[in-house]
Amino acid sequence: MERSETMSNKKTFSLKGILHFLNSKKVAPYVFVSPFIVSFLALYLYPMIQAIIMSFQQVLPGQTTFVGTHNYQRILNPTFFQALGNTATYVFFTVIILVMIPIILSVFLNSKSLYFKNFFRAALFIPALTSVIVAGIIFRMMFGESENSFVNELLGLVGMDPVQWRYGAGTGMFLMVLLASWRWIGVNILYFLAGLQNVSEELYEAADIDGASAWQKFLFVTMPALKPVIIFVATITIINGFRMFEESFVFWENSSPGNIGLTIVGYIYKEGIQQNDMGFGAAIGVVLMLIIFVVSMIQLKFFGAFKKED
Amino acid sequence: MKRWSIFGGAMLSFVYLAGCGGGSGGESDGEGGGEGGEGEAEEVEVIGEESEDATELTFWTFNEQHIGIYEDAVNRWNEEHEDRPIKLQAEVYPIEQMNNNLLLSLQSGSGAPDMADIEISYFANFLEGDVQLESMNEHVEPVLDDMVEERFDIYSKDDNYYGMPYHVGATVMYYNTEIMEEAGVDIDEIVTWDDYVEAGEQVVENTDSMMTTVEVDEHFSFWPLISQRGSDYFNDEGDLTLANDTNVDTLQFLDDMVNEHEVAEVTPGGFHHSEEYYGYMNDGGAASLMMPTWYMGRFIDYMPDLEGKMEIRPLPVWEEGGNRTAGMGGTGTVVTNQTEEPELAKEFLAYAKLSEEGNIALWQELGFDPPMYTVWDDEAMDEPNPYYEYFDDDIFDTLLDLNGEIEALNLTPDLPDVQSEIHTNVLNSAIRQQSQDPEEALKQAEDAVSSGQTEE
Repeated sequence: MERSETMSNKKTFSLKGILHFLNSKKVAPYVFVSPFIVSFLALYLYPMIQAIIMSFQQVLPGQTTFVGTHNYQRILNPTFFQALGNTATYVFFTVIILVMIPIILSVFLNSKSLYFKNFFRAALFIPALTSVIVAGIIFRMMFGESENSFVNELLGLVGMDPVQWRYGAGTGMFLMVLLASWRWIGVNILYFLAGLQNVSEELYEAADIDGASAWQKFLFVTMPALKPVIIFVATITIINGFRMFEESFVFWENSSPGNIGLTIVGYIYKEGIQQNDMGFGAAIGVVLMLIIFVVSMIQLKFFGAFKKED
Repeated sequence: MKRWSIFGGAMLSFVYLAGCGGGSGGESDGEGGGEGGEGEAEEVEVIGEESEDATELTFWTFNEQHIGIYEDAVNRWNEEHEDRPIKLQAEVYPIEQMNNNLLLSLQSGSGAPDMADIEISYFANFLEGDVQLESMNEHVEPVLDDMVEERFDIYSKDDNYYGMPYHVGATVMYYNTEIMEEAGVDIDEIVTWDDYVEAGEQVVENTDSMMTTVEVDEHFSFWPLISQRGSDYFNDEGDLTLANDTNVDTLQFLDDMVNEHEVAEVTPGGFHHSEEYYGYMNDGGAASLMMPTWYMGRFIDYMPDLEGKMEIRPLPVWEEGGNRTAGMGGTGTVVTNQTEEPELAKEFLAYAKLSEEGNIALWQELGFDPPMYTVWDDEAMDEPNPYYEYFDDDIFDTLLDLNGEIEALNLTPDLPDVQSEIHTNVLNSAIRQQSQDPEEALKQAEDAVSSGQTEE
């Protein structure tokens, strides 16, 4: 009797103790972030480590062997460099287009003198809601190779010859960049519009008093205020560009003529899954991860994102 | 502070990278075809539902048509084997997706169906490492003499037969007789490829049509021609011989047909299974087409206006007495090692694919030239069906005539790599862009494949 009482006392004590412990200022923050930490460990860190291990293996059913750096040696082949080149070109153009155009459009959409503002905002945002696959199929039809395809008919009206859009390196890249731009401009406008709301009116008034032109106001008031948003948009555009897959897949599926549409992620998919060469695919993935890391670091450094705030 | 920013940047990259899965499959290839989808089967059909206590077997395929043959087999099986009825759940997926799912589930050891269709271009991937498929030898060996053996060899490894073929895939020439008559060409006079090109010049001159089309995004123009000449991507020992003289010469021939004699053009849409091509051919765009016999179904489904106009003939020869056909394409049905009923699944598969009734059904249901050649002159083969209505009546006389002229294909684990080079680089740069001559294009592909080879 006495004994069981002490036990139950102990129990309540320990339960209280646990609650108290969890509630303490030192521990509580960790409790709140634990869902993220756990999912990060299980869903990102573990697969990442596995992928790194796998990149040193030849993975076949029942016969997984370590092959040293063989997979990495194989990476340096012309197809990989072509994929890298395609991806880099794509990143370059999407970053330029998806930063510049949304800034300009959002400034217009934010101006008081524009009519039908909400209509334009909605119209520009709608593409972001479509699936890349669906949009891509429509694009593929519009840019079909026959002279009766929509775009070639338009070219015909101005007296130009039909273009085989999906078969040239330049036009192929144009299609991918166009599809991505069409789809993401609206989202980026949203970011910039949000940024613009934070620019205080007083700065513009002060600039007016100093006799600044509209262009000067844009350059010296708007742009500096948007800098954090620009850094953010440029970073996610770069990362999205390097992991691009769908835009190429919808136009050519798995094989494009002369590999004009091959991206690095497409190459991982092709080698790792289709060609049953998981080890090699994992090695390309590790290299891609390093590339994204380095490029992002350089870009963040370049924009001064690491400088301490004053 | 700085360290944390770097860490944050790194995390951001991982999170974005990790989010990049999720493409959707879908490619029309071989004899399959299908649009993109996301995980769900396009169609699920349960055959033999009425029988209670039936053993359930699942079957994955990429071609809805293929189910027809099992429907017939399950019904016959359940009548004959009342003590061991079967319920077959057939699931259709887009070809890419099906192959990827099957590869991954065999690799990981769970999730595979009892039976599956594997297309020839992908088959080599399934023969790597410890093969995760059931050997069918006990059922194949007794009947092998009645079969076109080459069709079993392509799905085998170390004397184990894994895949049960649907057809011989004898490549033939389909002629549009209306255009040929207009051009004043007698198709029975075309014996050699030189005759064919000559006839082509006549067609181009006298009609609005081209003689034929050449695939540049797929292999059904190049591969059958080199196989017809006894060459292949690999030699009998499995060494890569992609750029050998015969192959260079054959690619040159295709190139010349398009770019020098101008009797052929690049296939609209890039390959003979594209929507663009179906429309083009249906409108009389080309006077002839070289494809395997299993392509008959595409005519019936997609080119209704050509009914009664098409006739099938053997391929022109390269030299007198040469082969007049080549075995192309194909799909092997396999039993995976994850089945709980290996004996039943194997026996049923043999029942469906290796029996006389099964082989007759392959023709009647699917319009395929069945691998068991002893049924080719069976009376049941003469019974009317949509294929006879569309084409002429002597299809099997033509095929019987060709038996023995089919060369085996040499399949190795590198075949998917070679196919990928052919589809993306070789044909495109040699024929469409003309940026390389055939020899350069093939040499470059050969180097690319051998530099990427898995073996050390």
